[in-house]
Amino acid sequence: MLYRQAGRFRTSYSMDARLVPFFEDRIALAAVFLFALCVVPFSASDYWLSAILIPWLCLSLVALGQNILMGYAGQLSLGSAGFMAAGAFACYNFELRIPEMPFLVSLIMSGLVAAAVGIVFGLPSLRIRGLYLAVATLASQFFIVWVIDKFGWFKNYDSSGIITAQDIVILGKSFTTPAEMYVVVLLVVAVMTLLAMNMASGSVGRNWMAVRDMDVAAEAMGISLLRTKLQAFAISSFYCGVGGALFAFTFLQSLEPVAFDINLSFRILFMVIIGGLGTIIGAYLGAGFILLLPVFLNIFFHAVVGEAVDATIVSAFEQVIFGVLMIMFMIYEPLGIARLLEIGQERLRRWPFKV
Amino acid sequence: MKSILKRVAPAALAAAALTAFAAPPAAMAEEEQYFPVPSSRVGPFSAMGTGYYGGIIDYMQYVNKNGGVNGVQLVWAECETEYNAARTVECYQRLLTGPNGQKMLVFDTLGTPGAYAVINRMSEEETVLAQYGYGRTDAADGTVWPWVFNAASHYWSQIGMKLQFMADQEGGVENMKGKKIVHLHIDSAYGREPLPAMRQIAKDWGMELVEISIPPPGLEQQSQWLQIRRERPDWVTFWGAGSGMNSTGMTNAARMGFPRERLVYVTFGGAEEDMVPAGDAAKGTYVVANAVPGRDFPLIADMYKTLYEDSNVGNMANPDRVGTVYYNRGVGAAVMWIEALKNAQEMSGKVGKAVVGSEFRDGYEALNMTPEKLEEIGITGMVAPFQLSCAKHDGAGKFRMMQWNGEKFDLITDWMGPPDPTFIRGLVESSAGKFASENNVEPKNCG
Repeated sequence: MLYRQAGRFRTSYSMDARLVPFFEDRIALAAVFLFALCVVPFSASDYWLSAILIPWLCLSLVALGQNILMGYAGQLSLGSAGFMAAGAFACYNFELRIPEMPFLVSLIMSGLVAAAVGIVFGLPSLRIRGLYLAVATLASQFFIVWVIDKFGWFKNYDSSGIITAQDIVILGKSFTTPAEMYVVVLLVVAVMTLLAMNMASGSVGRNWMAVRDMDVAAEAMGISLLRTKLQAFAISSFYCGVGGALFAFTFLQSLEPVAFDINLSFRILFMVIIGGLGTIIGAYLGAGFILLLPVFLNIFFHAVVGEAVDATIVSAFEQVIFGVLMIMFMIYEPLGIARLLEIGQERLRRWPFKV
Repeated sequence: MKSILKRVAPAALAAAALTAFAAPPAAMAEEEQYFPVPSSRVGPFSAMGTGYYGGIIDYMQYVNKNGGVNGVQLVWAECETEYNAARTVECYQRLLTGPNGQKMLVFDTLGTPGAYAVINRMSEEETVLAQYGYGRTDAADGTVWPWVFNAASHYWSQIGMKLQFMADQEGGVENMKGKKIVHLHIDSAYGREPLPAMRQIAKDWGMELVEISIPPPGLEQQSQWLQIRRERPDWVTFWGAGSGMNSTGMTNAARMGFPRERLVYVTFGGAEEDMVPAGDAAKGTYVVANAVPGRDFPLIADMYKTLYEDSNVGNMANPDRVGTVYYNRGVGAAVMWIEALKNAQEMSGKVGKAVVGSEFRDGYEALNMTPEKLEEIGITGMVAPFQLSCAKHDGAGKFRMMQWNGEKFDLITDWMGPPDPTFIRGLVESSAGKFASENNVEPKNCG
């Protein structure tokens, strides 16, 4: 009985429209954010910042984009890594060709470029749905990477095809250490998460969900399918594009089309499914599971068995465990990790009584 | 049962998490030197990773058994990269500080994608990137890339050497005019790396160059080989990675009736693990070697005896793989680490003590692998003699051509280099210069 739901009445529209209805939840969220902003950059090691937290936040943002499209609007898409590539290379080219442009503007512009590409590849969604749409969006994955590979202009005619990302400079200050880059990523991700929460709980999100649940009924109620679906594609691609640009500029610090292969698209898809379709927090949890669990398994096994067991067997074993965990999650909690969290929250509310 | 599991599972998980993250006790002995091993032991590139890093670990164990480097014992930590750029970056950050608290001196990704992903972090972190026969080619210019080395020669020398080999087979460079060569490569930075040099030489010699790419992981090559059959090339240079792709290349060539004696594989394309699965189809295929396979080299023979016969501490799960292409290449790479460490200890007056990154860099740059030195180590004929300098960060630039006879590799040529080493060097310098001017790098004065 840490806090309870009963007896809390919403007496005004503004209370009803709140993003996070409970005071305690708001406090918890604010505390997590303040901790991440004020404590983590100063206390976490460079390894944690640059190899764990930065890629996790970047991919969470991409997973959030994928979740908007798949979880909220119900459009199955397999092109998220392609949109990431579009965003990353757009950001590189804006920085390269318009040096005066501030980094944050480049970031937004790269999101817009990805959104434009997303709208084009979202057009088939007006005619086809479900698995067939997934196959159609697969084309975007291959097409975008192929275009970047094929035309040297995107890579500034670099012979090897792997280019170095520029330094991040905001208002004359360059953000190059892991802690500085982490702060940039954290703030961008926080703002965009807030926007996503807003959209999801407002009329935009309700339109998406109506289309997801039954598009014919949604159309009959006056929701424009064309607008809603393309809007979902655009916004989702915007998130993927910004996430891709951040991923390339802060984590990889280099740009290479091969880094955004079909494999990454699948991983992002799994993040959304494992994390929880149609939830904001699910994107974070899923990204954490898919991205970080293999790393932790690797660290754990090297720490525990060390030299005693052949490293080849250990590496293979990690993959087996990872696969088994994924299957178990899908069997025992098909709604994703976000649902587990919800159950936990419910328990907390009723504690010390059992549900 | 179920309730017990429920109770035990969280505790076990918590304990696991604790052990994983609790920092190991910093029992820092004076005479220890830490090396990172970012291995790739699973996935399509596992044959490469297990052999190469197995060779590296075995050599370090061997050195330790023989008293270390002037008494300094070697320690190492491993991390799984899966030959993936993102995982390599994670491993780089994880291995940066060793279990004994020492910072790493050298990083060896055994993969061009991984090398590119970390190459810009080197000077800042004061770590040497030792690309043993792979990676970014123009890093051979030490004035622009002071922290990156190409100790076993790079891909541009290699493609030059291959073309020279073809010319020799055809009876001279003048006979190469009008010949058609297909560069069949995996569609990645690694596959494209030799192209700048190759295009230029093809132009100079009047050859026709056809570039055909295979999307990773390269198991599907049917259409590419059909295209090759249409093109009817005189030679095919195959630039693949991973056992699946490499053996598929040979079986497809056999199916199309393309003579294997006209097929030249890259250093990372042809090893025993790639040849054996292809069976008879592999017979006759040429492969370039920068470290010659074989267990008869005194060092390899002694390592086998010490680590596998006298005791069973060797890193290879299958001892028969000792002396294979990848294993010997790994030993070759580790020999350079240890020789560089010896140099660093002497040059900084720290004989018998641990050194730091900048001292190790100077030691690596001072590598002078004379024939006498190779003889002393016991690898005469396994790697080519070479010397590095402040500006020249690539190795001998020489390779040996091998041919698979169905059971093992036969050595066809002696060490040979590209037709015009100064031309290759010029390409390296102009490419590095372009990078330097684009990224505002002030080239180091090697004067």
